[in-house]
Amino acid sequence: MSIAEDAPPRKTGFRFERWAPLILLVGAFVIYVGIALATDQAQYLTFDNLIAILGRSIALGITAIGQTFVILVASIDLSVASLISATAVLASVVMDGSPAMIVPAVLAAVALGGVVGVTNGLVVSGLKVNPLIATLGMSLIIQGCLSAFVSNFAGEVPEAFQVFAYGEVGPFPLALLFLAAMAVIAWAVLKFTKFGSDMYAVGGNEEAARFAGIKTGRIVVLSHVICSVCAAIAGLYLASRLRSGAPWIGSDGVYDLESIAVVVIGGTVLAGGRGGIWGTMAGMLIFSLIDSVFNIAGVDSFAKQVLRGIIIVAAVAFYAIRSKRIVA
Amino acid sequence: MTDRPDTQNAKRRLPQINPVWILLAALIVAIIFMNPGFVEPTGYMNFLKRAAPLAILAAGQVYVITSGGFDLSVGSLITLVVVGSSMLTNNDPTATYWVIPVMLGIGLGVGALNGLIVCFLRVPSLIATLGMMITLNGVAFLWSGGAPRGYLPDTFRFFGRELIRDVPLVRFIPISVIVLVVVVGLFAWLMHRTNLGRHVHAIGDNPVAARLAGVAVNRVRVTAFMLSGLSGAIAGILLGGFAGVSTDVGTGYELQAITAAVLGGAQLLGGRGSVPAAVGGALALTAIFTLLNFLGLPQPVRQVVQGLILIAAVALAMHRRKQTGT
Repeated sequence: MSIAEDAPPRKTGFRFERWAPLILLVGAFVIYVGIALATDQAQYLTFDNLIAILGRSIALGITAIGQTFVILVASIDLSVASLISATAVLASVVMDGSPAMIVPAVLAAVALGGVVGVTNGLVVSGLKVNPLIATLGMSLIIQGCLSAFVSNFAGEVPEAFQVFAYGEVGPFPLALLFLAAMAVIAWAVLKFTKFGSDMYAVGGNEEAARFAGIKTGRIVVLSHVICSVCAAIAGLYLASRLRSGAPWIGSDGVYDLESIAVVVIGGTVLAGGRGGIWGTMAGMLIFSLIDSVFNIAGVDSFAKQVLRGIIIVAAVAFYAIRSKRIVA
Repeated sequence: MTDRPDTQNAKRRLPQINPVWILLAALIVAIIFMNPGFVEPTGYMNFLKRAAPLAILAAGQVYVITSGGFDLSVGSLITLVVVGSSMLTNNDPTATYWVIPVMLGIGLGVGALNGLIVCFLRVPSLIATLGMMITLNGVAFLWSGGAPRGYLPDTFRFFGRELIRDVPLVRFIPISVIVLVVVVGLFAWLMHRTNLGRHVHAIGDNPVAARLAGVAVNRVRVTAFMLSGLSGAIAGILLGGFAGVSTDVGTGYELQAITAAVLGGAQLLGGRGSVPAAVGGALALTAIFTLLNFLGLPQPVRQVVQGLILIAAVALAMHRRKQTGT
């Protein structure tokens, strides 16, 4: 999305870009605490309440982890929202209230994610279709197929599977620990494996990566698979939370655009090659803190939407403004 | 290289016709086959009337795409224009004369803001216009208090709804078709006959080279976004005329406009784009929807077909580019 200029590398001790997400996060937290104190609602500052705030954005967090992988290889995935709906419906229809079908349902959902991811990846890397268009087309196809079959809540999630969304381990919700585990795994993959460093190479400069002997097509396909499987897991989580699959769950949550916004606020560059998981997690926290600030400040829901749009742009501008490159 | 000379000639000549026109011609033949009434003026004029907002939107979008960006905010801009007009006219027919310039001004202003955010805050246009989309939707809701009320006066709906009757040859011409021809003519002239158009192509192809060559990159980019915003406002005024007031009139139009521009061979991330071909893409997209309607296919199938066409069009374009080596 942007052309790098030949700027000489600046050597400074403090790399602003690296810390920008953390600065934003601290800023959002300070605002949250400030508003809660100013409006005399100290009950919002308890540990339980903070956990509850996090719990609301687990699906977004899981999706955003996957989205980080595709954006790192300079691709993008707009099909996650409809994939979330599709997997939520698929899983809940397969389970249909019977605990014995949990494993097949989970496998089916993950397999659907895998197929969509492989298709996305092959269309992007093989046919060289712009990823925005490829995944947008995929999103239309999935949503079309889904709404041809289902128009209302479908299937039923058995009690045993609702543990995924409602279970608790000590003071923490199970799903939150699951999200944290996924983040740690994703971080380890990016940091310590060859696949991780190959991803940064492909995202930074695909041509150079190919000349260096990296099978770039394979890397792109694999990152799309990871993204789609993450979306499938988010779909499973939402099915468990709603106790049934709804075909509008993904598009209602705007998970496609919001996950991209979260990743970008977390400092991962849309042009690829720079960023990481912890930024994305910070982005997710910033998003949920902003939502909570609006809630305790009692902002009107339409005004909330206006402010949200402005905040997304402002947060990205916060560190993008220092870059010397020409963006489009 | 080893082909016989005549096939090589044919190969070289083929890409000169933009495939969107072949697609459009094929679709129109199919529509006429399904519904012979289409050759009557009522048939094709109504088709053009229905396609006009999308075609105008695509003509604006192609500026932003050619300059290397995206404009996702036009759909919610349409909603804002329709809702805002109904609030401002407040059922007063004489208000139209100042409301329409105000709406065009809002379109230009939103475009300018998009451009300034991209140029000076250095936010990628995907995120900048996405933020603008969310914001404008919120503003439209705030302005109307959630449920838009009232209706647009007939003087406002004139552009979207009225016809000029008793025209020789075609019997009648919808006003919206005249608006379409004028706007597209203007946009095509600006893009393909002026320095602005060349600059838009240059900054999309290689912004650094363009700047070194003396192009005022930021000014050109802001202008491109303003033209896209203007096209959104015009499309909104037309749609207000056909469709009436609701808070989801514009939903999905931004993606359809991008699809239309891409069908017309515009290159995402910049450097190549043609206004007439984007309009051809918009007509082809509308023709596909019309055809699916005739076939009695439900809405979900329309979505699947739109998705497949989108991917196929870009895959084909990439294939052609690889073959012709450009």
